[in-house]
Amino acid sequence: MTWEVVIGIETHVELRTESKMFCGCPVGFGAEPNTAVCPVCLGLPGALPVPNEKAIEWTMRLGLALDCDVTQQSLFHRKNYFYADMPKNYQISQFDFPLCVGGHLDVTTSDGDRRIGITRVHLEEDTGKSTHLGEGGRIGSSGGALVDFNRAGIPLMEVVSEPDIRTPEEARVYAQELRAVVLALGVSDARLEEGSMRFDANISLRSEGATELGVKVEVKNMNSLRSLQRALSHEIERQTKILDEGGAIAQETRHWDEEAGRTEAGRSKEEASDYRYFSEPDLVPLVVTDEVVAGLRSELPELPAQTGARFEAAGVDSIAARVLVGGSLGSLFDEAVVAGAAAPEVAKWLTGEVTAHLNREGADPPALSLDGAALAELIAMVEAGDLSSTAAKQVLEGVLTGEGQPRQVAEARDLIQIRDEEALAEAVAAVVAAHPEEMGRIADGDGKLIGFLVGQVMKATGGKADPRRVSELIRESS
Amino acid sequence: MSDPADLTIVEAAAALRSEDLTAVELLAAVRRRAAMTEANIHAYLTIDVEGAEASARAADDAFAGGEDRGPLQGIPIALKDNMVTRGLETTASSQILAGWHPPYDATVVTRLRDAGAVIVGKTNLDEFAMGSSTENSAYGTSRNPWDPERVPGGSSGGSAAAVAVGSALAALGSDTGGSVRQPASLCGVVGMKPTYGLVSRYGLIAFASSLDQIGPITRSVADALAVLQGISGHDPEDATSYRGELPDFGSQIDRGVEGLKIGVVSELSGEGTEPAVAAEFRTMLQRLEGAGAEIKELSLPSTAYALSAYYLIAPAECSANLARFDGVRFGLRLDGGTVEEMMGATRAAGFGPEVIRRILLGTYALSAGYYDAFYGQAQKVRTLVIDDFKQAYEQADVLVTPTSPTTAFKVGERTDDPLAMYLSDLCTIPSNLSGDPGISVPTGVDDAGLPIGFQVLAPALAEPLMFRVAQAVEDLAGFDARPTLASSEGAA
Repeated sequence: MTWEVVIGIETHVELRTESKMFCGCPVGFGAEPNTAVCPVCLGLPGALPVPNEKAIEWTMRLGLALDCDVTQQSLFHRKNYFYADMPKNYQISQFDFPLCVGGHLDVTTSDGDRRIGITRVHLEEDTGKSTHLGEGGRIGSSGGALVDFNRAGIPLMEVVSEPDIRTPEEARVYAQELRAVVLALGVSDARLEEGSMRFDANISLRSEGATELGVKVEVKNMNSLRSLQRALSHEIERQTKILDEGGAIAQETRHWDEEAGRTEAGRSKEEASDYRYFSEPDLVPLVVTDEVVAGLRSELPELPAQTGARFEAAGVDSIAARVLVGGSLGSLFDEAVVAGAAAPEVAKWLTGEVTAHLNREGADPPALSLDGAALAELIAMVEAGDLSSTAAKQVLEGVLTGEGQPRQVAEARDLIQIRDEEALAEAVAAVVAAHPEEMGRIADGDGKLIGFLVGQVMKATGGKADPRRVSELIRESS
Repeated sequence: MSDPADLTIVEAAAALRSEDLTAVELLAAVRRRAAMTEANIHAYLTIDVEGAEASARAADDAFAGGEDRGPLQGIPIALKDNMVTRGLETTASSQILAGWHPPYDATVVTRLRDAGAVIVGKTNLDEFAMGSSTENSAYGTSRNPWDPERVPGGSSGGSAAAVAVGSALAALGSDTGGSVRQPASLCGVVGMKPTYGLVSRYGLIAFASSLDQIGPITRSVADALAVLQGISGHDPEDATSYRGELPDFGSQIDRGVEGLKIGVVSELSGEGTEPAVAAEFRTMLQRLEGAGAEIKELSLPSTAYALSAYYLIAPAECSANLARFDGVRFGLRLDGGTVEEMMGATRAAGFGPEVIRRILLGTYALSAGYYDAFYGQAQKVRTLVIDDFKQAYEQADVLVTPTSPTTAFKVGERTDDPLAMYLSDLCTIPSNLSGDPGISVPTGVDDAGLPIGFQVLAPALAEPLMFRVAQAVEDLAGFDARPTLASSEGAA
């Protein structure tokens, strides 16, 4: 039988606000454990939450960017469950009146363009972090556990997609596009490895053409876009095999094991949860006026889809445009174009050498020692014939490793092409004189030997000659 | 001069300013009274000897230096032990918080300190404010200064007993279903619950967040006004704190009741009310009428369901509020093989039976499949109660009831019958559901010499009107009896 895959994704995004969701503690990464805490985020008796208006505003911004409706009167609820790293043993979250509802995100994959529905975008608080000591990874094992509450109370947005996703690739692209939107809005650093953006996927299979959903499995612990795609591919294989053999899928949470390349069943207690949601009595309803929504909408920056369309209009092909947007290279692109470089050429460098460098180093564009003006300078040098394309790559490498601006690097590495005709003619003449036999064969029509002689001239000039011009000069000499 | 421990705030404030009395002397008098009565009354869990003395000296220095921060400067005030005090043990009368020294002050504590008040210590309560007698305290029952065989009421029983006996001039209590007004009534003092949101809850260990409100317990209506003025006002640390401009609470206090329409809630002054309480209530109605008020009988039909709704909403909220007491970060921790076992063992050992009962009730009321029938239905009743009050206030300026259907009952009398205990709060609970203010004023005693309180309820933010009627009630009652224990002879 053919099975149709149905995937929905829940995305958690830590907001990079100055302070936490319900107290004034700083939001940061890497502080000493339990130093960014106060009575509120530690859940001490008597402490009360006060909502962070910036976090509410930023959540509405994301909602609007995803074309959601902002709920005029939304509510915070308490989600009750006991967990050692959750200070109050309830999480302040949203339930039946979330901040934003009913949007969508458009994705393009090898199967074409698709629109993925966004059910809701809501706001909640993050939990602390447990570090399990001793064997087995169980909190209660003999080694015990340590809890760091620095993360507790950091504003956390949850974006829930409709079960509209059909392939692992589409899931990855959805995640990538959503991340690009978050980055464009500047509301989070959205680092997957550090967990400031986290994806959980619900996946089920149903027979082709069926309208009812199959039994869903929640897959967690995917720390990169690649592992999201891999985990879902694995899960499809696993479920297909079970269903093909006439078995039944268990509704459960499974954890992706990156090294083993498979999902594993989590502890079953999570499935039995009854969160006993009720509206948070320590907070009042969030009332959002049309004026506020209109103001936020008018202040939205250019969104990735719009940026991509603009790049294409400037002559960049669609695949390169998506790589530029998805890789956060848009502003570098704009700077280089403003500095006078041709858009397709800029795109070629950014999606080629620069992206390769970023991937090698595992770095983000803001960390680059290359700015748009430098890239434009490099491109201009190639066009002027000052650099061969090979030399230009070496110059770029020098710029990226902090050796200086392109011309500085080219000069320091002695890579500027010889443009002095006289000097070039002398070098050619010397090679021609040293190879009379070859020149004779060229004169007899053996064109292949020109390449050999060009090579000799390049060697003699230390690679700084313009090979096209050298070739012309050799032909003229024969 | 009489013993300074028996002064009202207003009297003491005058004496402190006329230099007849120093704050250090006043504190010493209150502490002498505590030393004489605590063995019998057990109003306090903690007395802050050093902190109070330092505050009293600071108040005297301020007076000497011409600095006057208002009527609370130098006044010894006690705090119910569910309000956190930096560095001073705070237990909410629970074993689960034994030995906990909070790292911060509740907003009301900060405000009292800023007003120059002297915080005497922390008073006993029913564990986590759940109860009507202080018998649910993990640290022993407080006793009624009028008859130590009897309870002082609750849950702010320690605060009411301290004010009645003179081991503080005033105290703060918290009122979730009547926990300020009922013990004030049973101890013959004034107890007031402000409009929800007028006094910050930041630092009040939550029982039921949507119902909890801190209020003053004092020896006079004017004192209640002075304390309320000191502790009320917007607090950015409490998102439910009222943001608007505060009314001038005392602006009408001297105007009397002439021309006012006073509504008598028939459902709350009939069946179940002790004859002596009912008679005392009727006497006061006649006096109010004699003073020019129009008395109108009114009905609040939904109050028949208010008690039931309260006993779903309050436990539901408490089941979440008390989840944080898990042994992980503070307070009691028992060993367990897993974190879950540690939490379970800690909570089973740390909470008393009434607290456990309410957590279970609330957990059940919020559970999938039961939510609509219990918690959801209770919220609807709450809306009906609010609507009933609104309609009633279209016909009357204020509403009045007996504060408690009975006078102080004997220790142990109701401990085996939670429902009978719950009925103690029949007349006070509706205004917690509606969020409106209420005050209990002592008007007389029953045949056994036990005090009886008269309750005045007013619409939200109508404290000026409420104080006006309460002052008239106080004046008309001329109640000046004192408990036998509130004197040096009584301490024997």
